Amino acid sequence: MATVTAAQAIGRRVPRVSRWQSPWLNAKLLVGFAMVLSMALLGVVGRLFWDVRLAHAASSPLNLPPVFAKAGPNFPPPDPAHPLGTESNGRDMLAVLIVGAPRSLRIGLIAAGIGMGIGIILGFTSGFVGGWLDNVIRTFADAFITIPSLAVLIVISAYVRQISVENMALLLAAFAWPGPTRLIRAQVLSMRERGYVLMARLSNASTFAIMFKEMLPNMLPYLAASFTGNVSGAILAATGLEALGLGPTRVPTLGMTIFYAIRAAAIIRGMWWWWGVPIAALVVIFSGLFLMTIGLDEIANPRLRGARPQ
Amino acid sequence: MRGLTLGYLVRRLGMFFLTIWLGATIIFIVPRLAPGDPVAAMVTRLQAQSGYVEGSAEMIEAWRARFGLDGPIYVQYVNYLRSVLTFNLGFSLSSFPSRVEEMIAQALPWTVGLLSVATIISFVIGNAIGALLAWRRTPAALRAILPLSFTFTSIPFFMLAILFIYVFAFGLRWFPPFGAYGRGLVKGFNWPFIKSVVEHGVLPAFSIVVASMGFWGLGMRGMMITTDGEDYMILAQAKGLRPARIFWNYGIRNAVLPQFTALALSLGGIVGGSTLVEYVFAYPGMGYLLYQGIVNNDYTLIQGIVFMLIVTTATAVFIIDLLYPFIDPRISYQKR
Repeated sequence: MATVTAAQAIGRRVPRVSRWQSPWLNAKLLVGFAMVLSMALLGVVGRLFWDVRLAHAASSPLNLPPVFAKAGPNFPPPDPAHPLGTESNGRDMLAVLIVGAPRSLRIGLIAAGIGMGIGIILGFTSGFVGGWLDNVIRTFADAFITIPSLAVLIVISAYVRQISVENMALLLAAFAWPGPTRLIRAQVLSMRERGYVLMARLSNASTFAIMFKEMLPNMLPYLAASFTGNVSGAILAATGLEALGLGPTRVPTLGMTIFYAIRAAAIIRGMWWWWGVPIAALVVIFSGLFLMTIGLDEIANPRLRGARPQ
Repeated sequence: MRGLTLGYLVRRLGMFFLTIWLGATIIFIVPRLAPGDPVAAMVTRLQAQSGYVEGSAEMIEAWRARFGLDGPIYVQYVNYLRSVLTFNLGFSLSSFPSRVEEMIAQALPWTVGLLSVATIISFVIGNAIGALLAWRRTPAALRAILPLSFTFTSIPFFMLAILFIYVFAFGLRWFPPFGAYGRGLVKGFNWPFIKSVVEHGVLPAFSIVVASMGFWGLGMRGMMITTDGEDYMILAQAKGLRPARIFWNYGIRNAVLPQFTALALSLGGIVGGSTLVEYVFAYPGMGYLLYQGIVNNDYTLIQGIVFMLIVTTATAVFIIDLLYPFIDPRISYQKR
C-alpha cells in the first residue's frame, strides 16, 4: 500500500499502480482457475502415465475398493494396480476420471463459447440498434431464459439417442445465449452515453470500433463472469443428461458413470467410490468455476471485495 | 389492486404464452432436424412391435393423427400445437391404456409441493444470510460462520442428493432413502401418512435447499452492499432510527427486489435440477416419471411431461411477475 500512496503523491506520471495491485490477481479467481486447470491437466498428463483403455467395460477385475479404503467383507481386497478401485462393469475408476474430466470441461467450453458468441452479436444489436429489434431480442431472451433447458434437452436427446460430444455441446449452446445477451444489452445501454464513448463517436470512430475497441474491453470482467457461469451451467446440463443415460454412449463420461452407479444401486451397496470419484471430480470443476465467477464479479464490481472500511 | 395496471398484466400474459409456445415449438422442431426423422422412425418401430402390445393399432393411429404424419410439416405443426394446448397429450406408450395427462396429474402435486417448499425455504434462508453478511452491525462471530453455508453452492442438486442418501439414509439411517411415503399407508389426511411424507421429503428438499441457498446469499450480499451506500441509508442513520428498522425497512426491503427477478429467471434451472433430484430419490414426481419414460422409450410421456414442466415454470414465473408490483409499488408506474 505504501508504494501506491507514494506513487500517487509524486503525481500522475506513474502509468499504473504496482503490478501486484492488479484487480485481476484476485485470490478466488486464481484458486478457482487452478482447480479447473488441475482437472484439465489430469486428462493431458494422466494419459501419459495411465492406460486409458482401462476406462472401457470388462477391462479390469470387478468391484475393487480404492487402495486407501477399508475393504468391507462384501468386497475383494484392494489392488494397487487399481488405486481408485473398479466398478461392477470392470472399469478402472482412475482411467474413467482421466478420460471423463477433460471431456466434461470441453463440452462446457464449446457450449459456453458459442453461447457467448451469439450473446455478443445479439446483445450489441439489441443495445445499439434499439427499436423493435431490441424489443424482439429482449422478449425472446426473457422467454428463453425461463424455459427449463434441461427438460427440453431431455426430449431432444431421447429422440436422438446416438449423440456425439460435439453435437451435445451444440445443443447445450442453444440455451447458453440469453444470459450473455441480457448482460451485454444492459451494459451497452449504460455505456452508450458515457464520456469515452461520446468521445470516440465525436472523433468519428466507426460503430464497429466503438463496440469492440471501446465497449467490449470494459465489459470483460462481466463477460468473463458470465462465461464461467455458462461453462458451469453447460457441464451441469451435460452431466444431468448423462446421469439419466442420455449422453454419448461410446465413450465413458463422468455423468454416465453416475448413471451406471445409480442403476446398479451402488449407493445402497456401499460402493461409494463408484459414484464418489466422478462426483468428486465434478465438484472440483464446479467449485473452481464458481470461485472464478465470484472472483470475476468482484473484479467487475469493486464494492463486493471483502471488508469495507467502516 | 394498486400497482397492477392492465398494460402490465397484458404484457406479462403475452410473455407467459410466448414462453409456452417457444418451448412447445422447440420440442416439436428439433427432433425433426435430426437425420432420418426420428418421429417417423419411431412410428415404424411401433408398428413392428404392434404384435406384442394390445390395442397398439389404435395407439399408432392416434400417433399418426396427432402428428399428421401424412401431411406436410406445417400441418403436423398445427395439429401438434392444437393437441398440446388443449392438454391432449396422448396415450402413454409404455403403460398403454392410461393417458399421459392422468399420469402427470398424479405426479405433478409431488413435484410442485417439494419444489415450492424447498425453493421458499432456500430463498428465505439464503437472502437472510446474504443480508446479514453485508450488514455492518452483524456480530463478527456470525459473519465468520455464515460463509460456510456457501460451501455446497456450486454443487448440482442431484450430486448432493446422492451424497445425502449415502450419509443420512445409508450410513446414519436417519431418513428413508427412496420414495415419497412408506409402504402400506393409506393416502389421505391422516397422521401416519403425513408424518411419512414429511420424513421422505426432508432429504430431497434439504439437498435442493443446501445447494441453492448460496446463490441467493451471494446475490443478496451484493445488493445489500449497494443499498448500504445509498443516501437514504445515511439519512436513516442520521435520523437515529433503530438499527433493526433500518435493516428491515430500508435495507432488505430495497435490496430484495432484484432477488425476485432473479427467482423468476432461475426457476427454469431449479425445475430442471430438481427433476434429477427426484430421479435419484425415486420420488414419484415429474422427474421420476420422466426417467421412467426415458427407460421405456415412452416418447409421448417424455414429451407430455416436458411440456407440462414448461407450463408449470411459466405459470410460476407469471405469478411472481404478478406479485412484483405489490412488492415494489414503483414498478407499474414505469412507462416503457
